[in-house]
Amino acid sequence: MIDELQAHRQAFREEANELLAELETSLLEWEDCPEDQGLLGRIFRAMHTIKGSGAMFGFEAVAGFTHEVESALDQARSGKITCSPRLIDLTLRARDHIRSLLDEAFGGAPADLEVTCQLKSCFQALLQPAPEPAALPAGPPPSAGQERTYRIEFRPRPGLFANGADPLLLLDEVRALGQCAVIAHLEDIPALEEYASEACYTHWDLVLTTDQDENVIRDVFIFVEDECDLRVEVIDQVDLSNGEAEYKRLGEILLEKGDISSDGLEEALREQRRLGELLVAKGEVAPGRVDAALREQQQVRQARQKRQAASEFSSIRVPSQRLDILADLVGEMVSVQARLTSAASVRADAELTTIAEQVERLTSELRHNTMIIRMLPIGTLFNKFKRLVRDLSRDLGKEVEMVTVGEETELDKTVIERLGDPLVHLIRNSVDHGIEPPAARLAAGKPAAGVVTVTAVHSGAYVLIQIHDDGAGLDPEAIRAKAIEKGLIEANSELSRKQILDLIFEPGFSTAKAVTDVSGRGVGMDVVRSNIRSLKGEVDIDSVKGQGATITLKLPLTLAIIDGLLVSVAGDFFVIPLSHIEECVELTRQDLRDSHGRHTVTVRGELVPYVKLRRRFKLPDQPPDIEQVVITKLENARLGLVVDRVIGNHQTVIKSLGPMFKHIDVISGATILGDGTLALIVDLNALCNELGLQERERELGLGR
Amino acid sequence: MSKTIMTVDDSSSVRQMVGFTLKQAGYNVVEAVDGSDAQRKLAATQVHMLITDLNMPNLDGIGLTRWVRANPSSRFLPIILLTTESQDAKKQAGKAAGATGWIVKPFKPEQLLAVVKKVLG
Repeated sequence: MIDELQAHRQAFREEANELLAELETSLLEWEDCPEDQGLLGRIFRAMHTIKGSGAMFGFEAVAGFTHEVESALDQARSGKITCSPRLIDLTLRARDHIRSLLDEAFGGAPADLEVTCQLKSCFQALLQPAPEPAALPAGPPPSAGQERTYRIEFRPRPGLFANGADPLLLLDEVRALGQCAVIAHLEDIPALEEYASEACYTHWDLVLTTDQDENVIRDVFIFVEDECDLRVEVIDQVDLSNGEAEYKRLGEILLEKGDISSDGLEEALREQRRLGELLVAKGEVAPGRVDAALREQQQVRQARQKRQAASEFSSIRVPSQRLDILADLVGEMVSVQARLTSAASVRADAELTTIAEQVERLTSELRHNTMIIRMLPIGTLFNKFKRLVRDLSRDLGKEVEMVTVGEETELDKTVIERLGDPLVHLIRNSVDHGIEPPAARLAAGKPAAGVVTVTAVHSGAYVLIQIHDDGAGLDPEAIRAKAIEKGLIEANSELSRKQILDLIFEPGFSTAKAVTDVSGRGVGMDVVRSNIRSLKGEVDIDSVKGQGATITLKLPLTLAIIDGLLVSVAGDFFVIPLSHIEECVELTRQDLRDSHGRHTVTVRGELVPYVKLRRRFKLPDQPPDIEQVVITKLENARLGLVVDRVIGNHQTVIKSLGPMFKHIDVISGATILGDGTLALIVDLNALCNELGLQERERELGLGR
Repeated sequence: MSKTIMTVDDSSSVRQMVGFTLKQAGYNVVEAVDGSDAQRKLAATQVHMLITDLNMPNLDGIGLTRWVRANPSSRFLPIILLTTESQDAKKQAGKAAGATGWIVKPFKPEQLLAVVKKVLG
């Protein structure tokens, strides 16, 4: 680029020398016939080019001096001053001086500064007083630094396109200045027969939040300022908002912009509907106008909120106990709100119903926000593992690299606290049993260093955590042999690959042949599974022998509140976690007879075992003619729960049963319904476990 | 497809500099030494934008602008005038003749590109 500039400068010097030579000739000719306008034009253009190009290539001294000469010649050209021998003499001297200035710029002898001043003042004396030249638009725009929100109304005249301007490019330019909303007004586009295809009918409102000066915005429209009406107003800045996040109301904005009259506004306000809809319906204002005003309102609010957030402390520390209390209180609130809603629906009182709906909305927001407060990024937990992996691999003489993905994924505080132990166990397993020693890895054609990847991602109301290693993987045959040896399965049972892999989660199963120092301390995968299940989560394993293993944990975002399905059995209420429910089917007397005493139903061609909650909870045995089976799915097993009636969705705050009922494990808690009655929350995991292997084996036996 | 810009100036150094800047930014450049040269070349070449000096022999920038606007095939061609600050009246005349915008000499390459972006995209 430097060389390029140097080449340009050299080109300029040659050109200037030619021009100066031409200038001399022309000046001498001009002296002979001063009436020749063509000659004067040539002289002027030569000076003009020297000045313009000189400035372009950085010869300020040349440009500055030539400017004075050019001004005089321009006035001569327009007849303001006459061609006098003095002017020609001065111009010739100026020409010589320009040459010496140029020589100086290219490293020649310095030009006489006195001559510069002298000639300049001579030319100025010749001149008619001219208006001060306008300031150059060049140079960086003054940065205002402070963020402001502007309302820009850009109304091009129909003839905008005639000068080759493209308004869309200008809008893009404004958009690049900051956060910007653009609203196009199409109301003025005429019907097709009156439409002139070369006219501009659209106009725009822009709401721009930027730290740039108003002049910068006006500069965008500088080329079209004569062909448009442009209004730029500051509608929000730091000292305007007084720390309030609220902005003007819709009516005020429309009034301020002159889109509606105050009479029209007042009339509309007398009717209690959404103002925007009303005004449009009444024909007071076009929908686009209302839209523009609403966008403006929204953008200013956002800007103010952002500012507020920035001005306050970015975070505060609160003892976690207080958050637990808050969560409890919100739980109570949800229960009370449910009661209020049901009470209101019984009374059929419109006013009470409205209040109940408002409380419901607020409660739901409150609940959501409280949940967010309790969220922590899982990265805090991941950091601990880096050290763990490093120490472990050194002790075991392995090379292991730990990669974590999704550290920013947030989970409920309680979940994170209780996730530590199972995760440590799983990562230890991966490093200890999964990753092979470097020699074995090289022999298998893998890089010497193994990689353990821990990934956390959101998936609906769940967070999925995956622990993946590229080690030896699990050997289904070895697992099968071991399970038979331990008596977990029959020697002749036929299991799918998945079912075999799942066996490692069974109590009393450990694949490590020798108990190493690191894992295999009697804490098996079954403990991991029960830990995760106590968090209402699930564990899943997948492995390809020789290529590694992946363990996936599926955890709910929060523990305090769950979405459940409310059912009733013999007049008592139960809640089944909705996330595990697949579908509900009917169970008739005929179905019962057809199943010949086996507790199974056929759902879409598949046999699903079921449990009668009536029997399990020893409730009076008078089932209705048609019972309902709620089909649940836990990991890979399906289980039906037979109930009398399915009532519907129920958002549930989990209350613990208290120490007295600690030994009851098929009930994970209780919740209070809208009318004050109690519903018990069924713990599907525990119920499944309770039915035990016996049931499952029967299922497997039946299935094949 | 990169767009073609015609630069019209009787100063070869300005043409060279403008041309170089535009080419660096990925535009095709057609050069013309004055208004009438530009007229000839415009008839033969598809051009997306015109950057012209004001003071030129034969046909000046204003005349060229009027001609371009009167010509149906180039009526909406963006035209940028190169002016000097002393030529405010000229600038107005240029606008009246139908120029899209202007840039004041001296300018830096980035200023030129900003103006090109403004009218050409």
